[in-house]
Amino acid sequence: MRHEVQLQVGPVGFRVGSDWSAPIEALRALYEGYPAPSGASDFTVRLEAERPWRRWVRPSVAIRGDYTLPDAAPLSLEHGLLAAEMGMNLQMALGQKRYLLLHASTVEKDGRALLMTGHSGSGKSTLAAILGERGWRLMGDEFALLDPEDGRLYAFPRAVSLKNGAISVVAGIADETRLGPLLTGTPKGSIRHLRPRAEALERMAEPAKPTLILFPRFGRDLTPAVRPVGAAEVFVRLTQASTNYVALGEAGFNALAGLVQKTPARAIDYPDTEAALALVAELWAELT
Amino acid sequence: MPGPRFVADPPEWTRRVEMGGLTALFHIPSGMTHLLAAPAPQILDVIANNPGDAAEILSRMTVDFDVDGGEDAILARLAELEASGLVSRV
Repeated sequence: MRHEVQLQVGPVGFRVGSDWSAPIEALRALYEGYPAPSGASDFTVRLEAERPWRRWVRPSVAIRGDYTLPDAAPLSLEHGLLAAEMGMNLQMALGQKRYLLLHASTVEKDGRALLMTGHSGSGKSTLAAILGERGWRLMGDEFALLDPEDGRLYAFPRAVSLKNGAISVVAGIADETRLGPLLTGTPKGSIRHLRPRAEALERMAEPAKPTLILFPRFGRDLTPAVRPVGAAEVFVRLTQASTNYVALGEAGFNALAGLVQKTPARAIDYPDTEAALALVAELWAELT
Repeated sequence: MPGPRFVADPPEWTRRVEMGGLTALFHIPSGMTHLLAAPAPQILDVIANNPGDAAEILSRMTVDFDVDGGEDAILARLAELEASGLVSRV
């Protein structure tokens, strides 16, 4: 394609091509410091004009690649960075076969991983971003990669996607040079990306041992609380949080069952960030 | 009159993991995952490659397992297991 960038994110290599230079320039700036894949890329994303003339006339970015959703709506060129991010997510969700992919955020400390999963709005991404700025290594805010062979979690430290209210919360504590442009009026509202700290990039190849599974629930009226979650419920919720559990078959079952059996799980309710961080610190101290 | 006879796949066609009182079972031929409560896993055990009707199943199971509800309970569980594809009639 006319414009291209190659990025290594954890164990996955991406090649992102575009009909326009702007999304690639934005991606290069946001992903400054990420290595290029040492061999061939695992996935290709192509940002293409929906029709040839739409390169110039009301530019419209269609997200294509090795894996494409036929009904995906194109984005405007000013949201080209978001299109690239969505394209990379899509390749992972539809094409990842090596790892069990969990829709979850992960942070690490001392070789041990805290895995957070929950519905959109639960705060798992924001919590991971904040912990990543406060001494933890951010392993990923979107996907956790569980290796069926060794039961460890592998990092996928893409830029964190901060949405709406989370933007001001996290932008206030992270340094400005790692923040991408503010994208307003996207299908998901306002979005601003945050490149993880340098340590997260330098150590992206290091896996971690799953140590705690957390199901956060955010609500301004909630009283801070911790609840145990039964193994069977954890198992079912994680099968639902995985994009490729069924595709991996027996290997996926063994990996997930192993994770659930070996890793304690808790649900937490929290009304604000400070309450969540206090609960995480308390649980972590109990378990480690 | 004997009732319908049921059979389950051999144990090596499934993977099982105990999860807080329930059993997560992966059925290799179908690629489906099931979450079972007792006595369903025990029923699968006694009719794996060894067909039986409800009375036979009950007598095989009561050797080391108490079944509440007798044959009616066994028939109800067999209907569920048949619907989920884990047992079939012979």
